[in-house]
Amino acid sequence: MACNEVPVVWLQGGGCSGCTVSLANSLFPSLRNILLDQLLPGTHLSLLYHPTLMAGQGEGAFSVLDRPLGQGYVLAIEGAIPENDQFCTIGEKNGQEVTILSKFVELACDASLVLAVGTCSSFGGIPAGSPNPGGFASAGQVAAKYDITTPVVNVPGCPAHPDWIVTAIAEFLLAGAGGLRLDALGRPMSIYGQLIHENCPRRAYYDEGKFAEKPGDPECLHELGCKGPITYADCPLRRWNNATNWCVGAGGPCNGCTQPEYIDETTPFYQKLPEDALPKIGQA
Amino acid sequence: MSKSTITIDPVTRIEGHLGVRVEMEDGVITEARCSGTLFRGLEIILRGRDPRDAPILTQRICGVCPQSHATASALALDEAYGVTGRIPQNGRLLRDIMLGANFLQSHVLHFYHLAALDYVDVTAVQGYTGSDPGLQSVKGFISRGQLAPFAPRYEGDYRLEPDENIAATRHYIEALDVRRNAHELGALFGGKMPHQCTVNVGGVGTAVSADKIVRALSYVESILEFIDSAYLPDILLVAGRYPDYFDIGRGCSRFLAFGAMESTGTPLFASGVLSPDGRFSDFERENVSEEIATSYYSEESKADTPFDSTTVPNAEKDGAYSWLKSPRYDGKPCEVGPLARMMVGHAAGDERIRTAVEALLDQTGLDACRLNSTLGRHAARALETKLVATAMREWILALRPGEPCTLAPEVVESGQGVGLTEAPRGALSHWVTIQDGKLANYQCVVPTTWNGSPRDSEGVPGPIEQAIEGEAIRDSDNPFEIVRIIRSFDPCLACAVHLQRPRGELHIELPI
Repeated sequence: MACNEVPVVWLQGGGCSGCTVSLANSLFPSLRNILLDQLLPGTHLSLLYHPTLMAGQGEGAFSVLDRPLGQGYVLAIEGAIPENDQFCTIGEKNGQEVTILSKFVELACDASLVLAVGTCSSFGGIPAGSPNPGGFASAGQVAAKYDITTPVVNVPGCPAHPDWIVTAIAEFLLAGAGGLRLDALGRPMSIYGQLIHENCPRRAYYDEGKFAEKPGDPECLHELGCKGPITYADCPLRRWNNATNWCVGAGGPCNGCTQPEYIDETTPFYQKLPEDALPKIGQA
Repeated sequence: MSKSTITIDPVTRIEGHLGVRVEMEDGVITEARCSGTLFRGLEIILRGRDPRDAPILTQRICGVCPQSHATASALALDEAYGVTGRIPQNGRLLRDIMLGANFLQSHVLHFYHLAALDYVDVTAVQGYTGSDPGLQSVKGFISRGQLAPFAPRYEGDYRLEPDENIAATRHYIEALDVRRNAHELGALFGGKMPHQCTVNVGGVGTAVSADKIVRALSYVESILEFIDSAYLPDILLVAGRYPDYFDIGRGCSRFLAFGAMESTGTPLFASGVLSPDGRFSDFERENVSEEIATSYYSEESKADTPFDSTTVPNAEKDGAYSWLKSPRYDGKPCEVGPLARMMVGHAAGDERIRTAVEALLDQTGLDACRLNSTLGRHAARALETKLVATAMREWILALRPGEPCTLAPEVVESGQGVGLTEAPRGALSHWVTIQDGKLANYQCVVPTTWNGSPRDSEGVPGPIEQAIEGEAIRDSDNPFEIVRIIRSFDPCLACAVHLQRPRGELHIELPI
């Protein structure tokens, strides 16, 4: 069967590479399937550029970004983008440092999709935490500022769950950018459509007012600062690392890592949410 | 005499953003300068926050070694809270198990997915005729003609035989599962990896049960199988085909380890300092300082200890060429990492490490001094992967279901603490000061800052610079030597430049 190569360019800005490491934890499909095999019959993702995985380095690798990238390429961006473009350079061309800001803007214009992988590129995340010393912004904010009309899909999470990254790509491949169902924050509804609190297996403890006194206790972690009631993601159903566990399952309060409020309004992590922040699910 | 410059930017297959520029005369490197090219300012972001947020936030310094930062942060807070001696045994064990699990995933990732492509020619798989599904996958991939991300690459110096390349490529694919399993092991007790949510001051906020113990043991056994059947043999294979790399990349020859993983008594990794003349001495935290002679920081940034360290950048400073500071021990640069841990442990008389190192020297016929080299670092990393996995059996079996794992202490108003541990890449320390119940100052002195540090006030280059300088480059269009040396240190620039800035004007004001 003829195979359609979908070019993917993965840039890294102000981040920790944790989303790349998380993607490597993908199981069905595995990273081997994602890199080498046809993700869908007749469709192979051609990962033209990825700083952590690619064989090449220096000019030879960086010049890949100067060549025609192919029709309909996807631009994945991991990490936030500093508005002061001196704070993050990603390579050199003709003796000049090239900034993540300039390369992102250049490549986003002609991409068929910008895939913001992780909370840093989706909403600013950790580096944009107060006082945001590097002046970091999300991919969507930068795209808006530069009047880039390419659709942006946010796949937040610290890190993003590998299934979320793959799901967003699969929805794009199956339905096209126009077929993506996104929430008001640009997140796929299929992943971020419900609150953690709605599906939490400890919800019965919350309803009965039984609360954990310390992390690791089996009851509801509300008193210990759980941000499940304000956080949209399918962690309780999907769980992490081959469905091994998830934060609340291990006894730690949800940090709210898929939200734009992360980290300034989801910290202190162990501070109880105010009553007026609760969604009052199931109450009249 | 011919002079030339080689710039490699970006240096890929490392963690974070790095560029390197070397000056050459007659094919020999006379000067090497490494630049971190990303600034995030995490230590500034930490100020004024709840101390208990620090282990969660500092993990995000690095997605490859988050567990090391969580461990160092929790240890620093333990000391500041005055609970160091009171951590429940389950909590101490779990910290070592989770740190150990991250060592396994990081070392396997580093050798196979970051470093191996410098030695292994994946394209040899096009001649594969067998039925292994992973290799069939690679073959199908090659036959479609689009080789990214495995091309472009440096060409020329790939020395394995075709069947050896094929076997190593199969291990590259299997290693994806191995490192994923190591992460699953960590997630049993941490919720998710990378960036777990349970390690904090007072212990680990989770619960232990028999099903988790047996599952964790099963992961360890499967990883040990891979270490014995693939990782260690592959190190010997590469050693046999690239023996000159036991002479290339000799570092500063002074090794430092803080030590780590002591929940069952004797630390798995001893602490100490080994000088170039083979003298071993105990590690004293008072001897750690950070120099800024050639860093873009003004003189007022200089401090006797990291507790008092501040960061006042000066991009115009005469003679400066790096945004990394220069950590020094007793005024001298030190190499940290797996090789340092093996050297220090050997000198300290640790039986497990001695046995492992002697066995390697027997198998390879090497003199011990040649371990101080590019491939010596890879070999040391493989040895300690086995040591960690073996010790993890003991730690996991010592867990007691139903027993407490954490003290979960109340926030203290003031205190100061240091967290000393080992990251996969080397000695890691967090220095915390708490005032009014908030983080008043937070400094991380990380492995790649030790290894990647610039020249100090005596003009002595940092360990990576010393390892590169003086080496000959056979083909300046494909300077394998430089990238092989750099990657042998497993640099983590997201860690090293968590506070440093790239070249350029400064537009921020730092809160005092």
